[in-house]
Amino acid sequence: MLAWTIYISFLAALLLLLLPKNNAAAARLLALLAAIAGFAVALTAFIHHRTGELLTIARIPWIPSLGIEYHLAADGISLCLVLLTGIVAIAGILFSWNIQHRTKEFFAFYLLLIGSVYGVFLSYDLFLLFVFYEIVIIPKYFLIAIWGSTRKEYGAMKLALYSFVGSAMVLVGLIAAYVASGLHTMSLTGLAQAHFSQHFQLMAFPLVFVGFAILAGLWPFHTWAPTGHVAAPTVASMLLAGVVMKLGAYGCLRIAMTLFPLGLSPWGFHILGFGSWRDVFAILAIIGIVYGASVALVQKDFKFVIGYSSVSHMGFILLGLMTLNQIGLSGAIIQMVSHGILAGLLFATVGRMVYDRTHTRDLKTLGPMNLNKAIPFAAITFVIAGMASMGLPGFSGFVAELMILIGAWRTFPILALCVGLGILIGIVYVWRAMQKAFFAEPTHTSTVAHHEANGHHASEALPPITLPERLGAILLIATSVTIGIYPQILLKLIVPAFNSPLFDGIRRGSWQ
Amino acid sequence: MPFLSILTALPVVGAILVALTARNPRFARILALAFSLAALALTITLALHFDRTSVALQFQERHAWNPALSIEYRLAIDGLGLLMLLLSAIVVPIGIAASWHVEDRASLYFALVLLLQSCLFGAFTALNFIHWFTFWELSIIPAFFLIKLWGGPRRTAAATQFLVYTMVGSIAMLLSFIAIFIATHSFDFIELAHLTQTDQLMPSVVSTFGTHRFLTQHLALLIFAGAFLGFAVKVPLIPFHTWLPSAYSEAPSGTTAILTGAMSKMGIYGFLRVLLPIFWPQMQTILTPLLWLAVATIVLSAYSALAQTDLKRIFAYSSINHLGYCLLAIFAAAKFIGGDTSLTPEKYAAINGAMLQSFNHGLTAATIFWFIALLEKRSGGLRNLHDFGGLRKVAPVFTGLMGIALFSSLGLPGLNGFIGEFLIFKGSFPLVTWATSLSAIGLMITAIFILGILQKVFSGPLHEKWTAFPDLTTGERLALAPAIALLFVFGLYPQILIALFDTTTMQLVNQLKF
Amino acid sequence: MTYTHLLRLALPEVIIVITSVIVLGVDLFILRGSTIKARFTAASLIATLGCAAAIFDLVYAPQQAILLNGVFLSTPLINTVQIILLALSILTLLLSSESTFTDHVGEFVTLILFATIGMMFLVATQDLLILFLSLELLSLSLYILTAFNKHSPRSSEAALKYFLFGAMSAAFLLFGFSLFYGLANSTSFTQIAAAIQASPLNPLVIIAIVTTLVGFGFKVAAVPFHFWAPDVYQAAPIPAATLIASSSKVASFFIFFEFMAIALNGTSGAASWHPFASGLHFAAGWTPVLALIAAASMILGNLVAIRQTSVRRLLAYSAIAHAGYMLLAIVAHTPQSLSALVYYVTTYALTTIGAFAIVGVVEQQTSSDDLSSFNGLSRRAPILSACLFVFMLSLAGIPPLAGFFGKFFLFVAVVSTPGLVWLVILAIAGSAVSLFYYLQVLKRAYVTNPDDDTPFRTPPFTQLIIVLLAASVILFGCVPNLLIH
Repeated sequence: MLAWTIYISFLAALLLLLLPKNNAAAARLLALLAAIAGFAVALTAFIHHRTGELLTIARIPWIPSLGIEYHLAADGISLCLVLLTGIVAIAGILFSWNIQHRTKEFFAFYLLLIGSVYGVFLSYDLFLLFVFYEIVIIPKYFLIAIWGSTRKEYGAMKLALYSFVGSAMVLVGLIAAYVASGLHTMSLTGLAQAHFSQHFQLMAFPLVFVGFAILAGLWPFHTWAPTGHVAAPTVASMLLAGVVMKLGAYGCLRIAMTLFPLGLSPWGFHILGFGSWRDVFAILAIIGIVYGASVALVQKDFKFVIGYSSVSHMGFILLGLMTLNQIGLSGAIIQMVSHGILAGLLFATVGRMVYDRTHTRDLKTLGPMNLNKAIPFAAITFVIAGMASMGLPGFSGFVAELMILIGAWRTFPILALCVGLGILIGIVYVWRAMQKAFFAEPTHTSTVAHHEANGHHASEALPPITLPERLGAILLIATSVTIGIYPQILLKLIVPAFNSPLFDGIRRGSWQ
Repeated sequence: MPFLSILTALPVVGAILVALTARNPRFARILALAFSLAALALTITLALHFDRTSVALQFQERHAWNPALSIEYRLAIDGLGLLMLLLSAIVVPIGIAASWHVEDRASLYFALVLLLQSCLFGAFTALNFIHWFTFWELSIIPAFFLIKLWGGPRRTAAATQFLVYTMVGSIAMLLSFIAIFIATHSFDFIELAHLTQTDQLMPSVVSTFGTHRFLTQHLALLIFAGAFLGFAVKVPLIPFHTWLPSAYSEAPSGTTAILTGAMSKMGIYGFLRVLLPIFWPQMQTILTPLLWLAVATIVLSAYSALAQTDLKRIFAYSSINHLGYCLLAIFAAAKFIGGDTSLTPEKYAAINGAMLQSFNHGLTAATIFWFIALLEKRSGGLRNLHDFGGLRKVAPVFTGLMGIALFSSLGLPGLNGFIGEFLIFKGSFPLVTWATSLSAIGLMITAIFILGILQKVFSGPLHEKWTAFPDLTTGERLALAPAIALLFVFGLYPQILIALFDTTTMQLVNQLKF
Repeated sequence: MTYTHLLRLALPEVIIVITSVIVLGVDLFILRGSTIKARFTAASLIATLGCAAAIFDLVYAPQQAILLNGVFLSTPLINTVQIILLALSILTLLLSSESTFTDHVGEFVTLILFATIGMMFLVATQDLLILFLSLELLSLSLYILTAFNKHSPRSSEAALKYFLFGAMSAAFLLFGFSLFYGLANSTSFTQIAAAIQASPLNPLVIIAIVTTLVGFGFKVAAVPFHFWAPDVYQAAPIPAATLIASSSKVASFFIFFEFMAIALNGTSGAASWHPFASGLHFAAGWTPVLALIAAASMILGNLVAIRQTSVRRLLAYSAIAHAGYMLLAIVAHTPQSLSALVYYVTTYALTTIGAFAIVGVVEQQTSSDDLSSFNGLSRRAPILSACLFVFMLSLAGIPPLAGFFGKFFLFVAVVSTPGLVWLVILAIAGSAVSLFYYLQVLKRAYVTNPDDDTPFRTPPFTQLIIVLLAASVILFGCVPNLLIH
């Protein structure tokens, strides 16, 4: 049943290509229906699947000579992320309602991307997972290169190459694992019990982890993210930050850490205070958190602020993964969902609500437009999204950051203090961007009256916020608040998932 | 009936209604006032049904919320909680009344005020750290926007400073409590206090983190410092106070009334609910520096108030000064007295004084800012001491009533400000004599600047600008009457209040090891 | 052993020979006065029928035999490779049926058939003599095909270059072969293997190995013997370029593998990284040399391709890079890597034919194969550009297309041989780089706006073939089992 999330998206993408030309309305309606259908399927599974244990959806031999299977399955973690994909997919279509240029191609690429993302989250055969993972790169490239803005071809190509280099590293690791295991299988559950030698794991782990973490925006491999986000059309940024970066983090957990848990064990010696890959990646994650936030603090382009904030937030996910305890890991999953929703919302506000109306993202130019009066809905949405993203309690971001912090306190107490610093800078940059973009003060040189006249003029010129935008924003905010107030809704699926035998290796690892 | 949940939800409902339905300012403020009065009525009902003799937590609601983090939905009040609820319920209508003239986006303004009230109610009733922290943090948002959107000329800087300071404190506190959670697996204030009492809290924290590179002996202090910072910023304690004068003076006066009347009490509440029961051993360890901070707060803020000419800045500093007495009392109560049971009643008096002082200061300060709002309305926004003079002649009723409020702030016997300060000094003096003596300087300076205000604004030659200064209208008089009456009532019969929290204070004092 | 028996064994080849005669005859005597287009159609149709008949024979009456110690073999594997070669020839023929560049139609088609015969014999032998003869038959046909467009001076120039290099490589090859013959007193692979097994690596053997590698290196266009490839790919008529890039690759790589794996198995040495890089415990042999050649091909091919503006040259350098990947299979020389190699080279050939066909159409419409002539292709010819999308991504190795699975099987096979991980890492890194230039082509087609908006007039038949090719690339990707035996 859950497999239909993939099929529906791919089928709809194919149908879109067959639509008669220039029928934009039909194209977006079809896309919306497909996204809603996918979401409905995901939601049904989410509701029915209470235990969080592994649920096999399909398992048939694919390439028997290599032991490769078409194996789809879902545990609680996959389910949460599938649900996230469904929500972001719907919201993305609602926020791209105004796409006029090559509409049906746009939505075809869009659904191809969504379908592959579903595929990654549901694959339990590593080969299959990798296939879906690679498919994601292509629509991503074209969505940015065709429909993007600022330096779109550069951004798109950078993104595609970074992703591809990352997946090349993953491929090397997978092939090595496949050959080294000698089990003649690509099944995740099979390889997870392969007992690779510690020496092998110490080599393979960083390779695969970094390969995936590139897509997750691990510092210092994050540079594709801000340029990519800025170049991308709104909805591609939403998907990119919302789900695609999660693919990287998901791969880190599901493949790198699950297959090579001993890769996190100490090397047995120290270099510059680093005693294991775990230390290294935890430090990199924290640098990412602080660095992303600090850079976001000085950006002039509104979208760059959000782009760097993604780097910062993804740092939390990676840090959560490196804590290796259940709270930290669960927090990382919640952060994936939470950041997916919030980054989507932020990009939608900046790209769709503001940029599409004002045609500028320069914080200085936006200031005098008095946007909090011109488009109050956008201002309110941004305030709520900003509050949620800076980790204010009551929203999903807080739950996630709290759990990650608890996990990090347990294992890296001193580093947790740096995370606190990161959170603080996070608050400041959200606030700074919000003030500059929406609540800027009239400059002192000109009279207040003059400015009010200007603001009035601008508010007349800006088209009002449309219904699809409102619906999309409400959907995302409601999700974030629901998770924030009642995180148990996700945790009851995530926690049992971490108790499955798949994570034996991580659980056994008490190297601290 | 989940009274406390209803009480917290009521202003939220009001806020949504006001934001969505009110199309004109008049309707918005009336609706908002109606909701705040309903909340007041509900709070009074609670107070009437409150069992004063019981030490148990009352009106408790307790549900599992997030078992993975052992976070519960746990609401209850004791005397302290009830006192703070009452204060918030009284101050918010005052704030709304003081904001009667707000016309610009009034529905949003009053919606934010009601949201702020909801956060206050939530924070004063929650007993689980995370639950409480949610409201603590959320309260910053409406306050921020109230300053940011309706404030004076330098509102942006003021609002931002307010936000950043408070957030720094919050995050430090969060980190501390996370560390405690990891060691004890509990976020519950009551449980944590119990652990402290049985000498388990810090040993388990130290044993959890002792293996790391922390210096063991400093770990407990570090954790305490984190939590302390959060509250110290909120109250505030010098030197964490610099956000306050600009925030209070830039905020619209109605908002300032709520900020100083109720929101700063979140800090005092935190000291009494969290720091004292959970961290008193650490407070004892560094009592002398803490006392120095309290003395500095009292004296320096009074001096600063003396140097100001802007009425709002004066009372901003005066607020710091008044709450400094509360902190003095709280620190004094934490003093190690080595089994000298004769000093127990002094501790008890000090804590009672601190509670009373925080309530009365809230009431008085809110009333004073209401008067300042009325003054600003008449003067077109002017509020500098030197802008006025001789108002007594044109506006005798105004002068009289504001004079009452000012004298209450000064601590004149018979008015509500007196009894709290008296109890604080009575309790603290035997415990920490040197600090209390130094603090008395603050009292004198306060007297000087209050009298200075009376002189500069109301006496002297009438400034020719103000010959047409209107006196209070009948409506304003009627509205002010209950507030002024309360100043007298609580001044003459402080027992009404003390009876509410007496048992709570006894329990609190008994928790402190000697 | 009678001649009938021999003819029966070589029936497919015989069919092609007869077909070529028929094609010549029909074109010469019957269609003399018809239009070039009609003649091309007729000739390629007849040739296609002949190839189809040969395939039919291979499928339904397969033979099993080893003649004269490996002079001529017929095994299931060889039959499969022959079927693949014939199918690729058919595709080339069908795609050339719309050509108009020459009026020597019969000769052109006959030469394609001759080349096919050469390839069929090439893969069916384990004997140096036959190997050389059939290789020359193939090469000579290709030289002429390259030069066939007499209106284009560059075509002649490229052919001359190709011929000179080819002749030199043939000389190298022959020299090496003669040394092997001197060593083993036989031209049979197995005899040579036995002789080499008996004597250790002596200078004579080393010279023989090196010259043979040079010869084969020219044939498969590996660095540093690749200089002819870009010019030939750029200037040859499309059908000739297609043939060179596809089926001739299949045949050359197959026999290269067979020769190295069977005849020279005893001197393979080891190409593991550590001894190789440090010189300690270094096992000399031909694999280290070949590993270097492969590495150089992958690096140079991919890097130089980035700079190309001509799509044909781009494909040429990508072919060099792909040759590098395929050489890895020979370095590994295990049975597993042979099947991976066959899968790889087949899917690669299919993809390249498709890509060249599209380049042909674009050239016909815009008279240039420059990247800029692909601008806005997606709007001028949506179906073609969709197919181009498939071909380019398959070449880049994006799943679920055939190119990815080819690489995957190949890399798995190579990693299974101890010590070759470094080559695979290099190869995967190279393919990551390659995405850049393949995306350049697709960017032109999808992102850049067209210079003029007129839709392409694609010959429907050509379009059909291209779509079928794209479909097969997807199909072999999604269901790779179809090709794996």
